[in-house]
Amino acid sequence: MTEEFWPTLFVFVLASFIGLGVVRRVSRLLHTPLMSLTNAISAIAVVGAIAVAGRDYPVELRVMGVVALFASMTNIISGFLLTDRMLRMFKTGKKTDRGEA
Amino acid sequence: MYGLTEGAYIVATSLFIFALHWMNAPQTARRGVYAGVAGTALAIGVTWIQPGIVHHWWIIGAIVAGAIVGIPLAMVPLTAVPQRTALSHCFGGLAAGLVGTAEFYLWFFHEPHRLTTFHVSAIVCEIILGYLTFTGSLLAAGKLQEIKWIPQRPVTYAGQNLVNFVLLGTAVALAVAIAIHPTAAWAPYVFPVIIVLSLLFGILLIIPIGGADMPTVIAILNSYAGLAAVAMGFALDNKLLVTAGALDGSSGLILAIIMCKAMNRSFTNVLFGAFGQAKQATASGEEKVYKAETPEGAAQVLEQAESVVIIPGYGMAVAQAQHKVRELYDQLKKRGVSVRFAIHPVAGRMPGHMNVLLAEADIPYDALVEMEEINPDMPQVDVALVVGANDVVNPAARTDPGGPIYGMPIIDADKARTVLAIKRSKNPGFAGIDNELYFSDRTWMLFGDAKGVIGDLVKQLSGDSAGG
Repeated sequence: MTEEFWPTLFVFVLASFIGLGVVRRVSRLLHTPLMSLTNAISAIAVVGAIAVAGRDYPVELRVMGVVALFASMTNIISGFLLTDRMLRMFKTGKKTDRGEA
Repeated sequence: MYGLTEGAYIVATSLFIFALHWMNAPQTARRGVYAGVAGTALAIGVTWIQPGIVHHWWIIGAIVAGAIVGIPLAMVPLTAVPQRTALSHCFGGLAAGLVGTAEFYLWFFHEPHRLTTFHVSAIVCEIILGYLTFTGSLLAAGKLQEIKWIPQRPVTYAGQNLVNFVLLGTAVALAVAIAIHPTAAWAPYVFPVIIVLSLLFGILLIIPIGGADMPTVIAILNSYAGLAAVAMGFALDNKLLVTAGALDGSSGLILAIIMCKAMNRSFTNVLFGAFGQAKQATASGEEKVYKAETPEGAAQVLEQAESVVIIPGYGMAVAQAQHKVRELYDQLKKRGVSVRFAIHPVAGRMPGHMNVLLAEADIPYDALVEMEEINPDMPQVDVALVVGANDVVNPAARTDPGGPIYGMPIIDADKARTVLAIKRSKNPGFAGIDNELYFSDRTWMLFGDAKGVIGDLVKQLSGDSAGG
């Protein structure tokens, strides 16, 4: 079991470097949408919550899983919707194309 | 099944990386949202079809409830986005904490072979980070929402840092003990103690933090929420959780670093050096005088300018003045005046807050200029119009070595030929210090609610154009 530690740590370090590299180049204009997008992405904890809520575990544990699943789904849904809503507002001055909402 | 799951997780991770990558420009950013949605949907789908998952109605119920709460949360006014963001960090922390708790008790009573020191270390990290993010973010959201019984001003007391360190130290010591003896009979009783200590620590960590530090704190809590997901990934041997959490954690870290640099402060200083306690500005002997200006006079000054720089701050958000600012922008543009917006990184209550508000008011993003870019131009600018900003234009940052904001990079509004400053009252800003800018002989004050004052300016300007 413990040998899982090293490969997982390896993945964590690499992913952190990718994250730092990618986020550093995000436009400062978009830091608020960035934060709501990463909120939604890190709500991937939903994967753990589904595993707890959906398996045949004792009921009190499943209740914890359901609450966790609810919290994560709230973040996923509101995070992606809000990010998109904010991004739709960013327009250039070149041509005001206010075609479809 | 194993191959399918891991394969789907790799695809989901790639989609998340693309999602962040596309955020580097406004033109591609919406594609990033679609990539994120696709990655999340894939991950949920493949987890749901695992053979052990049998209680589908529980899952559906929780998803529906999440949608019922999540959709209204996405529709909040943009001035409320900082508290919505804090609230979502709070939910993220809660989810991580609960999953960690459930896993621990499940393993202890039903699958003791999984209780290795490694897995339990990951679980205790997960619950400490998760629960402290839960209460800390909840309190931050309450402060931002200005809920009555939550103190807005920093709350400090003697020995505060000592209490915090003892609390966290105890939680960590108990966590280490559990990690070393995960199967001990006392473990299930010590575990809730760690939970309670973490919940308490989250509250005590945020209590001493004031409004001006919120952008940094929100970014740090963002990072913690990500790291809690990483710890969950270690506990469950799930690499998707590790990668997605690491992306979130590094994003929060970078934003926090940018915010700290923009205030010339360190993390530890933000978290443990309560800003509001900085000694009050040295009360100067002579009574300083403001020069007040009327909207008519200010409108004339603006009309005769060739270049205007508008410097928005949190006061603009409070007054919901961004739409009036847009009307002013239109009026000036119509007269051929060059209008730009100077955005300080910590203006507002979260990273990028001003940009979103101005974008909401339909101001094109190419008119929004970062502090470093606009400062060299400031001496050539005819009029600097300060709308509800205070500390980010305070020259004390350059001139007063003893002051609480000394060394903080500021927008050089004082170097413009004329300064017009809109201010609701004569009270000092969040840092609790006077602003020399307002007493400068180039500065004219417009007292009043930002929305009302700018509305008056617009009326003056449009009246002129109708008459002439």
